[in-house]
Amino acid sequence: MSVAVPQTLNKALEPFLIIVGSLTVSMVLFGIFVASAGADPFEVYQTMYRAAFGTSFSWQNTLVRAAPLMLTALCTALPGYLGLIIIGGEGAVVMGGLFAAIVALTMPTAPPIVVLITMALAGMMAGGLWLMIGGALRHYRAVNETISSLLLNYIAIAILNHLVTSTFRDPESLNHPSTHHIGEANMIGVIPGTDLHWGLVFGIVACVIAWFLMHHTVFGFASRIAGGNVRAAQVAGLPVGRLILIICCVAGAAGGLAGMLEVAAIHGRANDTLNANYGYAGILVAFVARNNPLAIIPVAVLLGGIRASSGLLQRAHELPDATVLVMQGIIFLVILFSETLYGRFAKLQKQGAS
Amino acid sequence: MEVGWWGVLIAVLGGAIRIGTPFLFVSLGECLTEKSGRINLGLEGTLVMGAMTGYAVSLHSGSPWLGVLCAGLAGMVLGALHSWLCSFQRVNDIAVGIAMMLFGTGLAFFLGKPYIQPSAPRLPSIDLGGWSDVPQLKAALQINALFLIGIVVAVVLGWMLKNTAWGLKVRVVGESADAARALGLPVDRIRILSTAQGGFLAGIGGSYLSLYYPFNWSEGLSSGQGLMAVALVIFARWQPVGCLWVSLLWGGAAALGPSLQSVGVTGGYYIFNAIPYIMTLAVMIITCSPRRTLVGVPHELTVTR
Repeated sequence: MSVAVPQTLNKALEPFLIIVGSLTVSMVLFGIFVASAGADPFEVYQTMYRAAFGTSFSWQNTLVRAAPLMLTALCTALPGYLGLIIIGGEGAVVMGGLFAAIVALTMPTAPPIVVLITMALAGMMAGGLWLMIGGALRHYRAVNETISSLLLNYIAIAILNHLVTSTFRDPESLNHPSTHHIGEANMIGVIPGTDLHWGLVFGIVACVIAWFLMHHTVFGFASRIAGGNVRAAQVAGLPVGRLILIICCVAGAAGGLAGMLEVAAIHGRANDTLNANYGYAGILVAFVARNNPLAIIPVAVLLGGIRASSGLLQRAHELPDATVLVMQGIIFLVILFSETLYGRFAKLQKQGAS
Repeated sequence: MEVGWWGVLIAVLGGAIRIGTPFLFVSLGECLTEKSGRINLGLEGTLVMGAMTGYAVSLHSGSPWLGVLCAGLAGMVLGALHSWLCSFQRVNDIAVGIAMMLFGTGLAFFLGKPYIQPSAPRLPSIDLGGWSDVPQLKAALQINALFLIGIVVAVVLGWMLKNTAWGLKVRVVGESADAARALGLPVDRIRILSTAQGGFLAGIGGSYLSLYYPFNWSEGLSSGQGLMAVALVIFARWQPVGCLWVSLLWGGAAALGPSLQSVGVTGGYYIFNAIPYIMTLAVMIITCSPRRTLVGVPHELTVTR
């Protein structure tokens, strides 16, 4: 049967089958887990489905959580094309949110649209420059980018906490040190007809642009060559250093935009809620999507749905809210493990054909 | 007696030991793992799981030491799982580490829900400051036995890696998997054992958090000690005894902010907290170079390739 499948279709079929297979295996494992905790796995899955995708309200809940994940996933996915493993999304989100809030506070009289555009630019610039540090250290000093971006996360959080408790502190934020509110007029609105803020649109557009950039431009082509073989890229005269810096900057800008959206659409101020682990969850989204920006969109929605279902799971089955963390863990472990299966089916098919 | 600025120094020393002990255990665990050529970013999950297990077992059995042992065993299971998954082709150890971090913390929060309220028996401390009249000094010299055990482990581990056949095997596997295979060494098995033993140590580090300082079990117990293990080991140049000094330095830096507050220096609290991270980054920038690799690094390590 498989012999009849054309080569190109086969190529797309393999990841699809492997991912669907891993999701099934993880659902079985998680089912055993909740069953051992005394809940009926089938009812649990039904509840999760209802809570995540059952009604238009739950869809909104899911999509609100998916939007920042799309952007933070790009922080890891784009450098992945160059063979870099960057885990600094958290820091980019924090810096982006912080500087977006700070610039908004410097322009109290400007019209909201100007404020929002400036905030977005400031957030993207802050996040981009922040991750670019990791790329620059990698290229010029051979400092491992995974470790440096992890360290930069902690330094960014310290800078955020320092500034919101000193220079930019709103004296009225007693128990929860924050900057001043950017003003209700400057908050980003919702998509007409929904309760969803515009973050989702930004996330999807960013993923599509990133996909176009990496797969349909000379720049993306050069990056993929450099990611495949640095020496070959250098021999071909590609500016590897510049590629690293630009990609890290674009990746960080996506994270910074996520931070800006958290401030402009949800909190209205910068404080330590910016450090909500969207960066770390984004790493997993990128890995599961195998760094493909278009695949990031559904994976982020799936993860957003899992996260959105935690509340109802708690109420309906008396399962702790950490249940969804366990499920995420299981799914990701199985999917990462499934990486080893690629290519094995092709071998089977060849053997079957001969 | 007025202690003033001396009080800051004493508090930093005491903090170095008190806050540094969990760092010591996770970094020793990570050091052993990395010596065998794997990197385990999932020690954060191991640490939290160890903290929960230790607290729960101590509560049920009444023996905190049994809690420490079980915490280690829980860590060992997670370490073995990590390493088993990574022993398959093309499975990325960094990615699995992040997933293990999520899985370990999620599992610990799930299972640990009933243990947030009750109070478990605490690990006893050894009073080394009885000779002194200064209360601050007395408090600083209240040392937990786990710290002393940690020193012994660091010295013994360092000696064993250098001087025993077992240590040589671990190092060969970490330096070059091909060479190890040519010698007939079971590369995957050695790595799984090293990572599991590393997980054991990290689990003990977690039990210190829940059973001694800060002595409770809650979801906000760990502040990233497990994640930072990787940076600590780089700072320590993959030397177990180096891990001891670096952990003390780290603990001392974390204690600096609060102790300066006690003498009236309140600004920059968070910046002081970030000093260890800035120091690690600075050390990496100074010691790395595009023309040579780090001294002491196991060459199979994915982060250095």
